[in-house]
Amino acid sequence: MENFNLFIRSIFVDNMVFAYFLGMCSFLAVSKNVKTAFGLGVAVTFMLVITLPINYLLQNYVLKAGALTWLSPDYADVDLSFLSLIMFIAVIASMTQLVEMVVEKYSPSLYASLGIFLPLIAVNCAILGGSLFMQQRDFPSIVTAVCAGGGWGIGWLLAITAVAAIRERLATYSDIPKPLRGIGITFIVTALMGIAFMSFLGIKL
Amino acid sequence: MAEKINYKDVLFNPFSKNNPVVVQVLGICSVLAVTAKLAPAIVMGISVIAVLAFANVIISLLRNTIPTNIRIIVQLVVVAGLVVIVSQVLKAFAYDVSVQLSVFIGLIITNCILMGRLEAFAMGNKPWPAFLDGIGNGIGYTIILVITGFFRELLGSGTLLGYQIIPQWCYDHGYANNGLMILPPMALIVVACIIWVQRSYNKDLQEP
Repeated sequence: MENFNLFIRSIFVDNMVFAYFLGMCSFLAVSKNVKTAFGLGVAVTFMLVITLPINYLLQNYVLKAGALTWLSPDYADVDLSFLSLIMFIAVIASMTQLVEMVVEKYSPSLYASLGIFLPLIAVNCAILGGSLFMQQRDFPSIVTAVCAGGGWGIGWLLAITAVAAIRERLATYSDIPKPLRGIGITFIVTALMGIAFMSFLGIKL
Repeated sequence: MAEKINYKDVLFNPFSKNNPVVVQVLGICSVLAVTAKLAPAIVMGISVIAVLAFANVIISLLRNTIPTNIRIIVQLVVVAGLVVIVSQVLKAFAYDVSVQLSVFIGLIITNCILMGRLEAFAMGNKPWPAFLDGIGNGIGYTIILVITGFFRELLGSGTLLGYQIIPQWCYDHGYANNGLMILPPMALIVVACIIWVQRSYNKDLQEP
C-alpha cells in the first residue's frame, strides 16, 4: 500500500516535469506532435523503471558509506558516494545503448518509430534526476525504487502528451504574437500547467 | 576544415544571436531550478562555464580517437569527471551554496548544453576554438541565468544577493512581494519574456 501511494504521488504530486522541471530539453524539443511525444514518453518510462532499481542496488551494495561490508567487514568505513554521479550516468548511458540494441534486434517496428529519441534519452535529466532523488531520499527497498521509477515515468509521459496535444491545437487555431511563436508559447503553456499541477501539492497520500 | 573559423564569432555569437538557452533551447532544467535567488544562479553559471570549456577542450583533443559507437558514453564520462571535481570544490569552499544547488550540480552532467556543444562543435573542431566556444556558450547561458535570477529575486523577495532593495516604506504603503515569482513555473514565464523581447529585435529568429 505504501508503495502504491508512492506510485500515485510520483505521477501527480512529484511530477518530474511540472514539480521539479526535469527533462525539459527533450520535453520542449519533442512536444511538437502527440505521436512522437507519446513514443518518447514510453521510452523514458521504460528507462526509469530499468535504471532506478539497478542504481538502487549500486547505491546500497557499493556506494553508500559502509555498503561494502558484504565483501568483508574491513570495508565498513569505506564511503564511495563521491563516485555516485559517474556510476549512475555510466549505468544510464550503457543501459540506453543496450536497450537500443535489444529493441533494434527484436522489434524493428518499435525501433523505427522511436528512431533518434532512444539515444537522446541518455541525456534526459529526468532519468538521472530520478536516480539522484532515490539516493537523496534513501528508499527502503528495491520495490519502492521500481514504483517511484514507474510513477515518475508515467508522470513524464502524461505531461509531454498533454503539452503536445495543446501545442497541436495552438498551431492551428490561435493567433500568437510573432516573436512568441514556437518555443516562447510552449514555455508559457508549460508554466501555466505547472501552476495548475501545484494544486496537487496539498494532497497527502 | 577548409573555411577559416572566425574566433570572434565563435566567442561572441552565443551571447545573443545563437544563445544556448533562448535560441538553441538547451539546458532549460537548470535555468528553472537555480534562479529563484541571484547568488546560486551566478555560482551555477560559473560552474557551467568551467565545465563546458574544459569538457570541450578534452573532447576536442580526443575527437579523432573516439569510436563513434560509444561516443555518448565517452562524452558523459568526461563531463561526469569534471562535474565531480566542481562539486567537490564547491563543497570545500562554498558549502551553503552547494547544499542549495545539491541535485543540480549533479545535473550539469545531463545539462543538454554540454552534450549539445560537445556533439555539435567539439567533435569537429580544434581545441582552441572549442575552448572559445565553451566559454562563449557558458557566458551566454550565464547571462540568461543572471537576468532571470535578477527579476525573480527582486520581485519575489525584494532583495538582491540577500540585500534588501525594496525600501521598507513601500511595504508600509501596501506593496507586497510576489510569492509566485519564487515558484519554478514563473522562471518559465520570465524566460518566455526574454525570448519575446529578443525575438522582437532579431526578426530572423522568429518561427513561422
